[in-house]
Amino acid sequence: MENTKGNLEDRTQEGAPLATRELTLSMGPQHPATHGVLKLVLDLDGETVVKCTPYIGYLHRGVEKLAEHRTYLQIIPLTDRLDYIASMANNIGYCVAVEKLFGIEAPERAQYIRAITGEMARIASHLLWLATHALDIGAMTVFLYCFREREKIIDLFERLCGARLTVSYPRIGGVRNDVDSKWLDDLYQFTEEFPMRVEQYETLIDQNRIWLRRTKGIGVISAEEAINWGLSGPTLRGSGVPYDVRKFMPYGVYDKVKWEVPTGKNGDVYDRYRVRMEEFRQSNSIVRQCIERIPEGAIMADAPKFTLPPKDKILTDMEHLIRQFVLITKGPQTAPEGDIYVATEAPKGELGFYIVSDGTGKPYRMRIRTPSFVHISVLPKLCEGGLVADVIANIGSIDIVLGECDR
Amino acid sequence: MEPLEIADKIKEKFPLEVLEITNFRDQVSVSVKREKITDICLYLFEDPDIRMDYLSDLCGVDYPRKDYRFEVVYNLYSIKYRHRIRIKALIPADDPSIDSVVSIWSGANWHEREACDMFGIVFKGHPDLRRILMPDDWDGYPLRKDYPLEGAEGWEYRGCEEVKELHTHDDEWNIK
Repeated sequence: MENTKGNLEDRTQEGAPLATRELTLSMGPQHPATHGVLKLVLDLDGETVVKCTPYIGYLHRGVEKLAEHRTYLQIIPLTDRLDYIASMANNIGYCVAVEKLFGIEAPERAQYIRAITGEMARIASHLLWLATHALDIGAMTVFLYCFREREKIIDLFERLCGARLTVSYPRIGGVRNDVDSKWLDDLYQFTEEFPMRVEQYETLIDQNRIWLRRTKGIGVISAEEAINWGLSGPTLRGSGVPYDVRKFMPYGVYDKVKWEVPTGKNGDVYDRYRVRMEEFRQSNSIVRQCIERIPEGAIMADAPKFTLPPKDKILTDMEHLIRQFVLITKGPQTAPEGDIYVATEAPKGELGFYIVSDGTGKPYRMRIRTPSFVHISVLPKLCEGGLVADVIANIGSIDIVLGECDR
Repeated sequence: MEPLEIADKIKEKFPLEVLEITNFRDQVSVSVKREKITDICLYLFEDPDIRMDYLSDLCGVDYPRKDYRFEVVYNLYSIKYRHRIRIKALIPADDPSIDSVVSIWSGANWHEREACDMFGIVFKGHPDLRRILMPDDWDGYPLRKDYPLEGAEGWEYRGCEEVKELHTHDDEWNIK
């Protein structure tokens, strides 16, 4: 402060206070700690954040507009690019919504496969969150440990459908291909050792004094405020609200397996961290139960008007070939008219699809309610009044992906 | 409470405002006039038996061929009672504006900004109505049905040709 010109002038008068001024700092859009292209304009008074204004839209690709010009089937790869950390969860959310619109239901085996892969996506997403969140705060080692396990899940995805990140694996009315027992065995093997890995991460940071000082009591939001702001997922549960779409509006097989909704109490960065660490264990348990119970049977619903025929039939049977051709080029021709809002629990929170159908093969309007969009809108509330360094901790704790926010 | 019961209660409380109640796949939508939207939302938020404390989603929809061109859709949920309802406010094309509900649900802030950005619907009483996803100086409203998917009408992507024309006299580029 002393070497600024204004202060020197002030000093000439005896006893006059030192002049200070607010500093406006533009953080982003290219900044590693913002987890994507997020720009924050911070008005600072010394180290304290007076005002925080987020600017988004750098990754806006118009997915909602594009979806109006694609058939229902063609939209699945678009949803991959929303939350690209956990594309499987987006695919499932979209397929569940469209199935509800069409009035069809995936067979039980497909439901189990979706639950398994959906929870795998949650584990992978939380691993990336923990890795980067800890890295932002300064715990480098956690990053490498988390990526070790994340790599295993992504390898399993690759074996399942050929893609590592943009999976496009679920289909309307089921899933693309069946899982084999070798794959399930390997996944079961992974789930056996994974709880021990979670303990390892916890020994790295749970008792770490720096970690606790950086996370406890930072970015506090009360339960009532969190609901009013529309927060969801672990960010809301950290404030003590047990709202989980999988429990409140069960879809798939989530009401058939035993699991709990972990909640925090104080609504600070630390509690949100604890909630996600517990979710590792719950997701792991769900995957294990599903593998133990998965029944044999079909993986696609028996709804010829909406679902693609099996590949071997297309090559040998004219009728199936025509059906496939119409579905691919024009979309389902008997879609009911109406509108529907279906929410699923993605790793980051409530992922909702509001689809308006006018009876053609393409959606008339598809609105995607993404958790990251809502969570970034609450950032000013979390950051204002805190320190600059805590902005980083706050961004990490709400677990955002800008691809999902900007759509 | 069943969604249809809630719809009936809204109809009872605001008989002149409710235009239509539809039920599709067990999801109930209530179409209302736009004038008293804050009163209706406040009623749903505060009524002890309904208590819609969670605004799941707010978005706009464009129907160029309908009497009311725009709809603002409120997907409401009650975490307390676990019930859901959808309110649709109908907005005419010549004056696309509606009262803001940010004072009821803080989370509506960015959703309303996005609806304004994408459809040009003005939310009266919104604390900070700026464009959110598109650049500040953008012309037009992308999610309207008359907005083209790629470029204006007759526009065609010509790729390298366009760059070539720009630089035909540019020695440095040396494009023939």
